[in-house]
Amino acid sequence: MNIHEYQGKEILRKYGVNVPNGHVAYTVDEAVEAAKKLGTDVTVVKAQIHAGGRGKAGGVKVAKNLDEVRTYAGEILGKTLVTHQTGPEGKEVKRLLIEEGCDIKKEYYVGLVLDRATSRVVMMASEEGGTEIEEVAAETPEKIFKEVIDPVVGLSGYQARRLAFNINIPDELLNKAVKFMTGLYNAFVEKDCSIAEINPLVTTGDGEVLALDAKLNFDDNALFRQKDVVEFRDLAEEDEKEIEASKYDLSYVALDGNIGCMVNGAGLAMSTMDIIKHSGGEPANFLDVGGGATAEKVTEAFKIILSDPNVKGIFVNIFGGIMKCDVIAEGVVEATKQVGLEMPLVVRLEGTNVDLGKKILNESGLNITSADSMADGAEKIVSMVK
Amino acid sequence: MSVYVNKDTKVIVQGITGGTARFHTKQMLEYGTKIVGGVTPKKGGTEVEGVPVFNTVKEAVDKTGATASVIYVPAPFAADAIIEAVDAELDLAICITEHIPVMDMVKVKRYMEGKKTRLVGPNCPGVITPDECKIGIMPGYIHKKGHIGVVSRSGTLTYEAVHQLSEAGYGQTTAVGIGGDPVNGTNFIDVLSAFNDDPETEAVIMIGEIGGTAEEEAAEWVKANMKKPVVGFIGGATAPPGKRMGHAGAIISGGKGTADEKIRVMNECGIKVAETPAVMGETMISVLKENNLDAKCKTH
Repeated sequence: MNIHEYQGKEILRKYGVNVPNGHVAYTVDEAVEAAKKLGTDVTVVKAQIHAGGRGKAGGVKVAKNLDEVRTYAGEILGKTLVTHQTGPEGKEVKRLLIEEGCDIKKEYYVGLVLDRATSRVVMMASEEGGTEIEEVAAETPEKIFKEVIDPVVGLSGYQARRLAFNINIPDELLNKAVKFMTGLYNAFVEKDCSIAEINPLVTTGDGEVLALDAKLNFDDNALFRQKDVVEFRDLAEEDEKEIEASKYDLSYVALDGNIGCMVNGAGLAMSTMDIIKHSGGEPANFLDVGGGATAEKVTEAFKIILSDPNVKGIFVNIFGGIMKCDVIAEGVVEATKQVGLEMPLVVRLEGTNVDLGKKILNESGLNITSADSMADGAEKIVSMVK
Repeated sequence: MSVYVNKDTKVIVQGITGGTARFHTKQMLEYGTKIVGGVTPKKGGTEVEGVPVFNTVKEAVDKTGATASVIYVPAPFAADAIIEAVDAELDLAICITEHIPVMDMVKVKRYMEGKKTRLVGPNCPGVITPDECKIGIMPGYIHKKGHIGVVSRSGTLTYEAVHQLSEAGYGQTTAVGIGGDPVNGTNFIDVLSAFNDDPETEAVIMIGEIGGTAEEEAAEWVKANMKKPVVGFIGGATAPPGKRMGHAGAIISGGKGTADEKIRVMNECGIKVAETPAVMGETMISVLKENNLDAKCKTH
C-alpha cells in the first residue's frame, strides 16, 4: 500500500526522524492558511500524488510570500501531473503539502528495502541525493553504500556511523544523522514497510539533518496489524476496479489491452497474459481469483472484468488444484445472468472437478467456446476479438 | 529415490482443524501420505479424519515419530507455527499459508540459522513424490512416477508443467513448489542441488517468474555444478514494471527482475527456456532427445 508524502512524514516524526514543519491543504484557501500558520519566509507548495518525479512535472514550487502561495496552490491543485511513474494519463492533484522552506547545504539519499539474497533489511545511502537511485546504481554503483541489518539487534550505531562517514556527512552532524537513520529503521520495521526512501535527505545551513521527501510503501500482508496506516489509504489514487477487486480478496491489476482474463494462481495468471500477447492479442488485466474462491467471488471477478469498457472478449483459464472447476463454472454462469454477456467467452478448464465444471457450462445455454489447452484458448480468444 | 519426501515420510498437519487443512488432510490420506498427527492448540485429544490431534508440535512429534510437518495455520500466526516446527527439530516443514508479513519471515529466517529443519515455502503448493507421498494442496492425479524433477515458484504453473509432462508420458521424481514470497525457506539452488544428487532424476524443469534475481543465481549455479539437463520457463514477460502480480515476490522494481533478463542469463548458462507456458513439456522432451534420455524418461 502507498501513502502520501505528508502522511509518511507524519509517521517518521513519531519515530524521531527530523522532517520540516508542514500542513496538508485541499483548497487554495487552506494552502494560504497553512502558510500563515508556518510563518516562514519561504514556503514550499508540493503536489501530493502517489508517484515520484513531481518536481520535474511542475508539481513543486517555492513561494516567497503568501500571494505566491495562493498563485502556486491555484496552479497545482486540479492539475494533472504526468511523470515517469504515473503513466501517460497522469494523475490529478487533489491535495497539497504546504511546508516550510529550508536552507539546503547538501542533498543525500537514504533508503531501506528488503534484500532477498540475505532475507534481511538493507539500508542504502548515497551522496548523490536528489536523483533517481536507479540511475546512480546504473552509472556510479560505487557511490551507493549498504548495511545489511540483523533483525535481532536492529540497525547498530556503528552501521549508521559507517554509512554517514561513507557518504561524507560532516562530523558535527554525525549524531543527528545516526539518530535519523535509527528512527527510519525503527519506523520501517514497526510499521511493516516494504520500501522507505528519503530522497533527498538534506543538511541545512542551520545544522539540521532533514527528510525533505519521504516515500513509504507498506506490506499489504501486514495491514491487519497496522490500523493507523490503513487509515492513510487514499482511494482516489487507486484504480476503481482494483479497489473493487480488493474488497473480494481478488488480485487484480488493470492493463491496456482488450482481452479480459480470469485465472487461478498468480503464476498461471501472468503466463496467461504472456500467451495472449504471444498469440498476437493484448491482455486487459491480470486477475488471480485465488485458491479458496467461492461462486460469489468468481461472479464479482467476472463483473469487474466486464466493467472495463475496453474489454472485447474474455478468456477464463483455470487449472483447479485447491480451486474446484465447478465453482468457477457456477460463478461464470451466475455473473453472465446478472450482467449479460455480449462478447466472446473462451473457457479452458482443467484439474479438480473438471467434468462437473464442463457439464455446468454446457447446460447453461450460454455461448461459450471451450478450449483444450491454454495455447488453444489464447489463439481462439485472440482470433475472436480481431 | 526422490528428494525431500518418500513413502516412509511421517507427516503432521499444523492447523489441522481449519477448513482447508481438513479438506487436504483427507486428500493427502487418500493419496497414501502417512499423516500421523495434527496440531491445533486446545484441540488436543480430538481427531480429524481419524488422525489424532495434539496441542503442541513437540507433543505430536514425541507421540508419533513424525519427521515432517505441513502448515495451514492462518497468516498472522504462521510464523510462530514455523518456529514451533523448527524448535521441535523436524527435518522438514512445508508452509502452505499465503500472505505472511515479510517482516515475520525475516525473523523466521534469522531464527532458523544453524537449525536442522528445512523449510519449504511459505505460499507454496507443497512437495509431491508421485505414488508415494503428497504434502500440500496440489491435485494428485496429474502426477506420474518418473525421472523429471520439477521446481517452481508458482503453484498453478507447476500443475501446468506436470500435466504437460504426464500427458506426454514423462513422469516425475518429485515436484517441489518453493513459493512466491520474497523470503522463503528453500530456494531454486537447494532443490536443483538435491535433484543433482538424486540418482533417479535425469533432468529438471525450473519454473520461475518476474521479480528478484533467484533465477539468475540458480542459472549460474547450474552452469557451474549441474550434471543433468535443465529446462526453464519464466512467467510474467508482459507484466508492467512497478505492479505486484499477485505474488508478493513478483514485481519488477528499479529495472530489476524482468523476464527478459532472466531468460537471457538462463540461456547463457545452458538452460533452454520454453517460449510459452504451453510448450514447457515439449521443450523438456526436445532436450531429453538431444541428451539421449528420452527412452529412459518415457515412463508410460
